[in-house]
Amino acid sequence: MPVNIRTICMAIVVAGICGGALAAEGEAAGMVKNSKGDVSIERVGARIPAVVGTPVFAADKVRTGADGAVGVTLRDNTLLSAGPNSLCVLDKFIFDSTTNAGVISVNVRKGTLAVVTGKIARQTPESVDFRTPTSVIGVRGTEFVIEAGSGDED
Amino acid sequence: MKTNWLLAVAAGWLLGGCVSERVVLLPSPDGRTTAIVVRDAQGEVVLDQAYAGVQRRAGEISRVQSSSAEVEELFGAALAAQPQKPRSFVLYFAGGADVLTPESEAELATIKGEIAGRPASEVMVIGHTDSVGGLEANDKLSRLRAETVRDILIAAGVPENKIEIAGRGEREPLVKTANEVAEAQNRRVEISVR
Repeated sequence: MPVNIRTICMAIVVAGICGGALAAEGEAAGMVKNSKGDVSIERVGARIPAVVGTPVFAADKVRTGADGAVGVTLRDNTLLSAGPNSLCVLDKFIFDSTTNAGVISVNVRKGTLAVVTGKIARQTPESVDFRTPTSVIGVRGTEFVIEAGSGDED
Repeated sequence: MKTNWLLAVAAGWLLGGCVSERVVLLPSPDGRTTAIVVRDAQGEVVLDQAYAGVQRRAGEISRVQSSSAEVEELFGAALAAQPQKPRSFVLYFAGGADVLTPESEAELATIKGEIAGRPASEVMVIGHTDSVGGLEANDKLSRLRAETVRDILIAAGVPENKIEIAGRGEREPLVKTANEVAEAQNRRVEISVR
């Protein structure tokens, strides 16, 4: 099977917030390329402002306020961007730049996320997923959007 | 028939009282087919048409057909924050030496401009080989090519800390060949600016 050269775009919306922080170690998974209004990253319990140029690590929680929006490019060229009142966690990011194999798992706890998939989704789509409080979105081929929201926030 | 089903559901979908989740597949930029699959405790729904979506209300998931207008309304802020798409350049070497072809040499200025023009830009320099030689040897060779181009970029004034190198070996030929075929087009270095 030839390698498919395509990207998926999607959008997701979710409502609801959850907690939990892990340590950030090693190589950055990506970098903040756009930042507007109130945007922060929670890493190992600390909260840092997510200005343009801030590295993003696996396990980071990216949060936007009511006037906030943020765009992050991951090392495999995946584009993630969140609208206002969002909380997205980069649960997993592993990328081998020799084979383009890797793992991405992004949890949209609340708010909106737009996605353009990158090299990992082309090479190993089965190891890329996006999660909301109730669903798991798998990638079979490019661009989409996700919203999660309403209900319990904790 | 799948289209009919989507339209029927869209017609029945009026106002979202308390929609807790939505997922919408956007048109692929290059017009190719694309799909995502949304799974939950009840099962899975495949979205494979532009603006096909699912929404969850009162715990129940249903298919919806969204539109560019609705996506703009609900996701406009997220989409507006989307980082600029990465851009790739391909450089070729003259002969087998560490010297770029005149065309590639001329492209360096464009590449520098691209790197300088992006917010918090980063560069991945990716070496490739043709299929002559073993996999491991080609991994090594492709990395050496990437290092050469990295040094050229640094000499041209690109900050070193922006640059990462990778060697893809013979895994991603531009021109498909049988094994052990010399192919100049495959001996290249890609510069991906993001």
